[in-house]
Formats: sequence, C-alpha cells, structure tokens
Amino acid sequence: MLTQRLLLSDRGGMIVLGLIVLMAIVVPVCNLLVPSDSAFHVSTYTVTLLGKFLCFALLALSVDLIWGYAGILSLGHGAFFALGGYAMGMYLMRQIGDRGEYGHPVLPDFMVFLNWDSLPWYWQGFDMFWFAALMVLLVPGLLALVFGWLAFRSRVTGVYFAIITQALTYALMLAFFRNEMGFGGNNGLTDFKDILGFSITAKGTRISLFVASALMLILGYLACRYIVTSRMGRVIVSIRDAESRTRFCGYKVESYKLWLFVFSSMLAGIAGALYVPQVGIINPGEFSPLNSIEFVVWVAAGGRGTLFGAIVGAFSVNYAKTLFTTWSPESWLFVLGALFVIVTLILPQGLVGLFDKLKREKKTESDNSEESTESKEAL
Amino acid sequence: MNLIKQAHQFSQRALPVRDPNFGKPLDTSHGPILYVEGVTVSFDGFKALNNLNLYVDDGELRCIIGPNGAGKTTMMDVITGKTRPDEGSVYFGQQIDLLGLSEHQIARGGIGRKFQKPTIFEHLSVYENLELATSADKRVWFTLTRSLSGEQKDRIGSVVEQIGLKPELYRPAGLLSHGQKQWLEIGMLLMQSPRVLLVDEPVAGMTGEETERTAELLTSLAGKHSVIVVEHDMAFVRSIARQVTVLHQGSVLAEGTMDQVQNNPKVIEVYLGE
Repeated sequence: MLTQRLLLSDRGGMIVLGLIVLMAIVVPVCNLLVPSDSAFHVSTYTVTLLGKFLCFALLALSVDLIWGYAGILSLGHGAFFALGGYAMGMYLMRQIGDRGEYGHPVLPDFMVFLNWDSLPWYWQGFDMFWFAALMVLLVPGLLALVFGWLAFRSRVTGVYFAIITQALTYALMLAFFRNEMGFGGNNGLTDFKDILGFSITAKGTRISLFVASALMLILGYLACRYIVTSRMGRVIVSIRDAESRTRFCGYKVESYKLWLFVFSSMLAGIAGALYVPQVGIINPGEFSPLNSIEFVVWVAAGGRGTLFGAIVGAFSVNYAKTLFTTWSPESWLFVLGALFVIVTLILPQGLVGLFDKLKREKKTESDNSEESTESKEAL
Repeated sequence: MNLIKQAHQFSQRALPVRDPNFGKPLDTSHGPILYVEGVTVSFDGFKALNNLNLYVDDGELRCIIGPNGAGKTTMMDVITGKTRPDEGSVYFGQQIDLLGLSEHQIARGGIGRKFQKPTIFEHLSVYENLELATSADKRVWFTLTRSLSGEQKDRIGSVVEQIGLKPELYRPAGLLSHGQKQWLEIGMLLMQSPRVLLVDEPVAGMTGEETERTAELLTSLAGKHSVIVVEHDMAFVRSIARQVTVLHQGSVLAEGTMDQVQNNPKVIEVYLGE
C-alpha cells in the first residue's frame, strides 16, 4: 500500500531515487577499491563534490515542498540551511579540544583571540553529538515556527512573503558577521579535526558522510512524498490554487502553511548540517540573500512541484556551476541570470517538464489512456 | 519493527474532537435558522449594507435578487465571516453568534458557500475535490495520517451521483465544462453536510439545459438544507423561488412570493427606473 503510494505511482521519482542509490554504491566502491591509476577511480575530491550536491538536493527538496506544493515562495531558506550548518559547526569546533592554534582546552581559537575567558551559554552542550543533532532540527524549526506564525497569521503572502524572508536571511547574515555574536564573525567556523571520533579528512569519513547524505536525501524524499500524497498534501495544493476557497471548506490555512514551513526548514537544516563537515567551513556568507535565490533557481530549473525535479535541478545547475567556475569564474553569474530567464520564458516546467513534453510528442495517443488508469490506481 | 507499530498506534489514537457546533446547540425552535439583524457595513463611507434585516427559515429555499451593488455579495461575506460588519448581529439558530468566528470555524459549523465564479481546485480530480470538502476532521495531523472512512467514501459516491458527475469522477476538475464546475462546487458544499447553503449566481453562463438541471438540483436540496440563492436571472428565480427578497442599496426593499414582488411598485421603480 505505502510503497505503491510513495514510489510506484511516481515513475520519475523512482528513476531519480534509483540513480542516487546506484551512486551511493558505485562511488564508494570506485573510490576505495579501484586503484587510483585506473580509469574508473573516483577521486576523493569528486566524492566530496558529489556529497555537496546531495546536500544541495536535499535543500532543493525542502524549497520545492513549500514553493512547488504550497505556493509559498521562500527566499530565505539559506538561513535555515546555514543555521543547521552552524549547529553542526559548533559541534565540530568543540571536538577540536586543545588541538587549536592557542591550545586552549575548551575555548575555540577565535574566542581566545577575543580574550573571552569562558564559553558563552549558547555554546554549552555542543560537545555532545546528540545535542548538536537535536539543535540542527530545533534551531531552524523554531525560527520557522515563530517567523511563519507571525507571517501567516497576518496573511502575508506572495511577493511580500518572499521579500521578508530575504530580509530575514540578510539580517542574520549581518548578525553573524559580528565578532561579538560568538560564532567566529567573518571567518566563521573552520579547521575542524574530528567527527564522532574519526578524522574529518580521512577517506573513510568522507565516504561515510557521502553515504549519509545520500541516505538522508532518500529519507527526506520519502517523507516529502508521504506528505504530498496524503490528504494533507491535497489540502496544500488547494491552498496554492485557491486559498480562500480552502478556508471556506473549513480548513485552517495558517496551520497548514505553518507546519509545512517548519518541516521544510528542518529539512534545510539537516542539509546544512551534512554540508558543513564535507566542505570543512561555515561562515556568514551562507546567509547571503543571493544564495537563497539560487536555491529557488535550482528548483525552477529542475521542475517545480514534482519533488524529484528539485533533485534533478540541484544536480544539473550545480554541475554547470562547477564547470563554469573552473573555466571562467566571472561568467557564472551571467549564466545563472540567463538560466533564470530561459527557464521562466521557455521552460516553465523545468527540465522535468521538457522530458515530459518530448515523451508526449512521441506517443500522444497511448498516453491518455495510461494517465486515466494511473489516477484510478492512485485512489 | 515493534517501535514502528507503536508509533502507528500512537498516530491512530483518538484525539478529543472539538465540537463542530461552536459548543452550543443549533436552536431553530422559533423557525429561522439564520438571523441577520440591523447589519451595516461601510467601505470608506459607502454603505454596502444599510441596516439589513433578514430571516431565513430552516429548510427554506430563498432567492435574493437586486440590482448591481445592492449588497448581495457583501451580505454573504458577512454571514461567512469574511467581512466584519460595523453594526448589527448575525445569529445561526438562536444561540450561535457568528460574528467573531473565523471563516473555517463557520464553514466547519455548517454554513457552506458557493462563489460567483466557480472556484474548484483545477489540479485535483473530481473525486479529490469532493474528498477535500468532506466533513471530516480538518486539523493538520489528521489529514496527514488518516484517509477517509468507508462511510465518507460512500458519501462521495452518493453526492457525485446527485450532481451527475459520476462519469467524470477521476478527471481533473480543470477539464470540466463551465456548468459541470458549478455543479461540482455545489457537490463540494454538500460534502460539508451544511445546514445552510449560500449559493452566489449558480446559473451565470450556463446553457438552458444546464440551468434547468441546476434548478432541479437546488429545489431537491431545500427541505434538508436551507438554501439561499443570489441570482440575476429572473426566469431562473421564477422557476425555483417560493420566497423572494429584493435588496436595494444595502437593505431589504421587498419580500414575498415572486408575483407579489414583481407587482410591487417600489421594485418596478428600482428595476425599470423612474
């Protein structure tokens, strides 16, 4: 029943998930077992790069859930991503112990540099992994809860909501830039040594983080599918299409938006937490408003409101970004801008929509009958 | 595995159900189910409703007519909680004060509304549209974890026959004809099992045959539900109406049977001009 609902009725999603599972198996094998002079060897650099993409895909999923399904355009998801990242970063900082430049047993280097003599209260507990992991969920979730409660209760929607989320992430960026905040200011948190007792630069740790990211992406995808295929999912789509009608059907629209927003922010937080140990740094730049806009571009390019489209978008846009930035760093922003224009004008359904269109052109006739049986099965 | 089972049981446990009837019984012992008294609504000094008094009996089919700007839609907005009046009171039965309740509370409590323009969820199928409107627990957790009971599914089946959309059950609602969309919306109202149905211009843009079927549908609903129909189409009003209320400049101009109303000199003046 449940597998039918989550997977079998969603062919595109099955293909994408299949590819991720394949990647999670093949990449570690090719990295660890294949000798480095072989053509099939995957370098650790590539593993980390792909791991990063997996985190971005999870983030894109969280954006698609609220933008594609509920029609809430959040241009502040970078904030939740970065907060999740900072929570993980704080754990990793505490793991350094006395191996920092200044050799202080408890305080991270930047605090010694600021002449602080003890750990601020909000750094307490972050030496324990379970606590940090909890904070990865709670901090973004709580921010989304308070922010969303205020915004949705006042019925702030559409472009106004998008603008205030931009303001939110911008304000957090400025706050985190300040040294007195106690998050390393400008430089952020870096020079990590260990995670759960394993060296963070070791090949095995890299692979584990990569596999963990793939697993989280799959879990996140299934959770999102569970939501959008439930009755709640249909309420959410109807809020997107006709909000006031949904209210007159007896649904408290604000609650639906709020819980979805909180869930989405937590997914973004998890993505951030997996991202930080792989790239080895988190700084206030992650809060930059431009980043949050880029996430939306991934989703739009992949195909909004399909979930797997978000994953496709995150991978393809970031792959293009890697190619262009190594070829000529300045060109990337122009490419990004062009992408935004092309997607809006020519590909409103994104890459996924393009595939669908090509497929439909091939077999127009048989498709119709198939679709109707599919929807019957879904019920 | 045991943990999953426990979690599942936990999710299926009975939560206290909030009384959909606002904690007070719906008392219609004096006849009317809806009391609108002395209601005034002004927008920037313009009085959309001006000391409006309207009583609708339980099970009645009432038509409300009036020229453009007479305040018909504003009246519906007030009853359904979309607009707050400056003065006056609106009671559902004798005890339930509708002012101060929000849209979703009023909708859950038994007052359904059909909009002027058919507003259905175009991306969802006919079945899913009806499913959304079903009177079930509408809080987030329930809609996430539970599907409809067999009884509720049967009800969708009977409503879809009533509105004549059975062959279209699994088609996306966006592909329906204009008339079918209107019926679907009436069907969605029925799924809420409301006591009062507010229907705004149900036959606008319909063909003659569709209008006829809509008239049949609405008359068949009266008795079990109170139905309030706002309409411009006089022929249609004549075919269904027992009681007609004429609104003009935000208050009631005349009330009575269609013949009484049509022969009323004040009504003739308003409709035909001096």
